[in-house]
Amino acid sequence: MIDFSVIFAGFGGQGILSAGKMAAEAALYEGKEVSWFPSYGPEMRGGTANCSVVFSDEPIGSPVVNDADVVICLNQPSMEKFEKQLKPGALMILDSSLIKTRPTRTDIKVIAMEASDIASELGKMMFAPITMLGCMATATGCFTRDSFEKSLYEILPERKHNLIPINMEAFDRGAAFAK
Amino acid sequence: MAQKRVLMKGNEVIAEAAIRAGCRNYFGYPITPQTEVMHYMAKKMVQVGGNFVQAESEVAAINMVYGAAAAGFRVMTSSSSPGISLKQEGISYIAGAELPAVVVNIVRAGPGLGGIQPAQGDYFQATKGGGHGDYRNIVIAPASVQELYELVVEAFNLADKYRMTCMIVGDGTLGQMMEPVAFRDEEPVETIAKPWAACGRKGDSFHHTVTSIYIDPDVLEKKNLELQDKYKIVEANEVRYEAINMEDAEIVITAFSTCSRISRNVIRQAAELGIKVGMIRPITLWPFPYKAISEAADMPSVKAFLDVELNAGQMIEDVRLGVNGKKPVYFHGRLGGNLPMQKEILDKIVAIHEGKITEGGNF
Repeated sequence: MIDFSVIFAGFGGQGILSAGKMAAEAALYEGKEVSWFPSYGPEMRGGTANCSVVFSDEPIGSPVVNDADVVICLNQPSMEKFEKQLKPGALMILDSSLIKTRPTRTDIKVIAMEASDIASELGKMMFAPITMLGCMATATGCFTRDSFEKSLYEILPERKHNLIPINMEAFDRGAAFAK
Repeated sequence: MAQKRVLMKGNEVIAEAAIRAGCRNYFGYPITPQTEVMHYMAKKMVQVGGNFVQAESEVAAINMVYGAAAAGFRVMTSSSSPGISLKQEGISYIAGAELPAVVVNIVRAGPGLGGIQPAQGDYFQATKGGGHGDYRNIVIAPASVQELYELVVEAFNLADKYRMTCMIVGDGTLGQMMEPVAFRDEEPVETIAKPWAACGRKGDSFHHTVTSIYIDPDVLEKKNLELQDKYKIVEANEVRYEAINMEDAEIVITAFSTCSRISRNVIRQAAELGIKVGMIRPITLWPFPYKAISEAADMPSVKAFLDVELNAGQMIEDVRLGVNGKKPVYFHGRLGGNLPMQKEILDKIVAIHEGKITEGGNF
């Protein structure tokens, strides 16, 4: 795979940047080249946040993504903004708990999933983007479930390893939407 | 031996690399988009027994750098464009006193307070002086987080070797992004004796003086000539660049740091259209790789150059000196903190290839 690019977008505080980093760690675990580039600016909690993540089997050219293979959206403004930045035929995964309309483009694939509702069932809103990671990984094969789980064991300090099973549950709940 | 790759932010890697290179003194003042350098230093310097000071201003920080360097210690400061402007007086004094120092500029868009998004508008300032007087800084522009790590370590070696400021120039893209980095078990730190350091007499019969004041014109002229001789040695020995896809290239992109990353994708896209595009990526902005550019201009396959920058055309002046009128040099730049889309650059390549644009830029 060469320069498989993903944009994660939503409100600040939803765990957008962390989810992007977790995806990058999972791909890094597989030995891929990765880059993670956040939006940065004078923002605050509740403002918009996004990051671009690129996976590749070769050295990565631009870490800045103009034409994404996947866009993961957790709010309405992000969907409207980033649907323009998808390649034809690319995939948008959107949180239908929070986004009530759908993209206007007809040349892209859309998976609408109730990510925030699932996260709420699991006890924490921060699981919403994790469910969407599960959906993305399953739908595109950009990294495996196993790599995701193992990378969590590697990057998280041991005192937080007890949280990994519930993260994996969130991942699996999202994966179901890819089928 | 290289360790396992870890995902790290460029700014944090700058700080980690400095500590690995033996830097135990960091003085700075926070400014976006480089504040993570300070943040990391604040946490880690204490753990390694070094000195971290959040100074009262950028001017204070650079003068603390002068002091620590004069005492013979490895020292670094970092800032972003407006802060680097404030440091220029100190950088000139450091040049005059021939002190080794590492200064990092994670450039933001100017002029003035400008904005905080990525830009390369400080090329002139970094490479052509910045402060007053006839002096040079070694200026290094890494393009990836791994390279950033390796070149920050190298910057300390070069600063010590030549007793001058080595400046690392990046922008918010490099500073804010995370990429994998593999640290070495042992750093190639070159320990250079500093018999000139002013760190107490320690039994010597004389004391060392570190100064940049020479009132007698003849003495100052001699001092300046010595500096110029040193700069000639740096120009002869320390030019670094990367040549990418240059065999049979028809169009040569010249770009550094972030623009070189974006251009790498364009090279691949142009190849799909049957256009052979190569790139010369200066790694040292001073000394500049004039010879590599000149040799590229002599290649029969090369029809034109396209210089891509995040400014209104600054490095292009050095590219033109290298090309020396042998081939046309086109320009594509973005301003204000915007990055060029790959398609913008590709469209320009196609236009050049089809002979549809006149020499010059998009402004």
